[in-house]
Amino acid sequence: MNPKMACQGLQKGETLATLKKECESLKKKLEEDRGKLNDVELHQVAEKVEVVGALSIKTRRVLKGHTNKVLCMDWCKDKRRLVSSSQDGKVIVWDGFTLNKEHGMSMPTTWVMACAYAPSGCAVACGGLDNKCSVIPLSLDSNENCAAKKKTVAMHTNYISGCTFTNSDMQLLSCSGDGTSALWDVESGQLLQSFHGHTSDILSLDLAPSETGNTFVTGGCDKKANVWDMRSGQNIQSFECHESDINCVKYYPSGDAFASASDDATCRFFDLRADREVAVFQKDSIVFGASTVDFSLSGRLLFAGYNDYTINVWDVLKGTRISMMFGHENRVSRVRLSPDGTALCSASWDNTLRIWA
Amino acid sequence: MTIRTARPDRVQHFRPRMHCLKKLEAMVVEMQDQKSGVKGSEQKLNVTTIPHVLTGKDIIAWIANKMKTTPEEAQTFSTMLVAYGYIYPLQNHKKLVMCNDSSLYRFQTPYFWPTQKWFAEDSDYAIYLAKRNIRKKGMLEPYEQAHYNHLHEWLNHKWDFIVMQATEQYKAGKERKKPDRVVFDCQERAYWIVNKPPRRTHSAIDCGPERLIDPNTDEKITFDQYRRQNMFYQQAIMRSKVKSSVSLGALVKYVTTYKNHDPFLAPCLPSNPWQTDHDAYWTLNMRRVDLPTKMRVERWSFSLFELLSDLRGRDDFKIFLKKEFSGENLAFWEAAEELKWGTAASMTAKAETIFKTFLAPGAPRWINIDGRTMGLTVKGLDHPHRYVLEAAQTHVFLLMKKDTFFRYLKSPVYKDIQKKALNPEAHNFSPAQLEQNANSRSPGIHPIILWQQEEEEKAKAAAASAPVDVKAMMSKIDRKK
Repeated sequence: MNPKMACQGLQKGETLATLKKECESLKKKLEEDRGKLNDVELHQVAEKVEVVGALSIKTRRVLKGHTNKVLCMDWCKDKRRLVSSSQDGKVIVWDGFTLNKEHGMSMPTTWVMACAYAPSGCAVACGGLDNKCSVIPLSLDSNENCAAKKKTVAMHTNYISGCTFTNSDMQLLSCSGDGTSALWDVESGQLLQSFHGHTSDILSLDLAPSETGNTFVTGGCDKKANVWDMRSGQNIQSFECHESDINCVKYYPSGDAFASASDDATCRFFDLRADREVAVFQKDSIVFGASTVDFSLSGRLLFAGYNDYTINVWDVLKGTRISMMFGHENRVSRVRLSPDGTALCSASWDNTLRIWA
Repeated sequence: MTIRTARPDRVQHFRPRMHCLKKLEAMVVEMQDQKSGVKGSEQKLNVTTIPHVLTGKDIIAWIANKMKTTPEEAQTFSTMLVAYGYIYPLQNHKKLVMCNDSSLYRFQTPYFWPTQKWFAEDSDYAIYLAKRNIRKKGMLEPYEQAHYNHLHEWLNHKWDFIVMQATEQYKAGKERKKPDRVVFDCQERAYWIVNKPPRRTHSAIDCGPERLIDPNTDEKITFDQYRRQNMFYQQAIMRSKVKSSVSLGALVKYVTTYKNHDPFLAPCLPSNPWQTDHDAYWTLNMRRVDLPTKMRVERWSFSLFELLSDLRGRDDFKIFLKKEFSGENLAFWEAAEELKWGTAASMTAKAETIFKTFLAPGAPRWINIDGRTMGLTVKGLDHPHRYVLEAAQTHVFLLMKKDTFFRYLKSPVYKDIQKKALNPEAHNFSPAQLEQNANSRSPGIHPIILWQQEEEEKAKAAAASAPVDVKAMMSKIDRKK
């Protein structure tokens, strides 16, 4: 079908009903094709893999300093520093190891829902209810007011729900409640590519860890997880399996799969090459929405933060829950593994962050 | 805390919470069953006797038994019952948690359940606060006083009505029997703690800015959207897919390959800095070390991507390539990366340099790629964009991946570094030493300083390997004469 046709009016013989029927039959065909290649389940392939031993994960640090809900955090590539953002508009850069607060910046907005550390360690990005994502260069001087040098890069028509730098400090990917995501040139603020396809708020994005690094995945309130090609702006794969809003998406370390966390109290695992959902992480006793996920370095463990204040640790291959991590006093908004996999940081609405190892 | 924005209330509250609320309510109904529910008793609160009071530990035990879970999980679930306002604490009413001891709790009356009184109305809250003021002046806490002042201002047009309602309710309350009044007061107070939580109270009703989509309206899909969906499905059907056994097998293989490198599954040597407060692990694995660790060197062998991602590994690979006089492929790949991830403004200049150095006929570091790719790339360079070198870069990467990488792994360069690599002994700190470590955590080197050092090194390396400009050299020599 010629791409131009999509913009034209109804053609001869076409009605809304015929298009809908065609859509349904195509969808059915896609499911059938996927089904034909479905020759084995993940837990079957994983039968021969040995069980994970008992994990003894403890809280090693509690980062106190925010005066309201911590909404997001990101690690620096130096494996010990991190940036966190909060409902009260504050963005703090910490040395997680020494608990030293290196920078505290006030944003002119509340609900800073997204923050990211630049790959060089020289800047951070953040955004929220102001509909913008700004990049703030950091300095060696803790007393300097870094926020004064803040530069607006991304501009959406609704709240910013997620942001990340690409492989360098010079490009920023953002996703928004306005249903679009976009790639920006940091230096000029120029929009390089925009991505349309979600029919509702996008709540999360993640960049693929591959040698090409040209794709990213988003998840949103339309219950879809979409994979995008950064070069063409096309939606190349889509998965609609969740029963409620998808709060978080995260790639498997190899880049060939990703996990999602949803308000339907499940986390799901999607294989990109087989083009289907291959595991659902759920339990009758888990009733509250999952808001964040991340994998351990090998991809064997999936850490998921829930709205019942806990973090569940799942065995990705066997589909079972290995253990639970207690400690937060309000919902867990974000979990992230440190760049060398030595620790997990969790941010919570109880105003603190915890580092576990 | 409500965020006053111009967005209409689209009843989004229902969707993110509906799943769990149905289950919570079903559980609460069962818990109150006469025969099989949680056993309550009468308790004396101040001078009044209150019926149907339960202890935290009884509730948690009942839930643990019912859901067949551990006490911790049951405690988590019961805390959520309190956080949503289905159960309220009698003592310490501002802390919405379930304690696994003899703390006292009561079931909230269904009138005040989240699904019944869905959106806590500001005017209801104003009436409640006004009523408390009537009963006894100065009874409101500072946060309540702040709410009251705010409501008085913006509901001023309704204030007579609010005071009238408050007075009516106050009078009606006085006519109730004392125990009933105490119970109702507790219930009402609990409802407002959950819906208008004081600063340090964590309530589950407090759930953040609204999401824009209204899940209760039917999605009206236009013919345009159907067309786009059809196109997407057609492309998706045509795209090649892999058998599950193959792709899942690859996922399992990845886990198996990396499991000894995963600090949550295998101990890191000498020790995990977060566990022992000693940062030797980070010092030994810094960007520029003379000798890397054995684990690090092993990881380089997992894939070309791993080798190139670790800059120390990339350095080692470059040593090998220099010996083979085939460094231009990697140099081109690095330059292409710089172009792809660089600023928009720098692209034209970078594209030109790359063309002159790697692609032009007779270029000093000419890369050997097939004619078709070369043709496409050179043509694209007329109007350079960040992906103009994609085809050439992929070709070069695949060449390195399928051939050069494996030769590197078999080479004396790699075998040499494998032999020399360090194998640190595991730390074995005594509790006293651990305490000392905790008190003297090293600040390490700031990433900005490391970045500056790295940029300097890169500039030096670029200058050293730049193609010799014969003309400039010649004129320099001429001037010397």
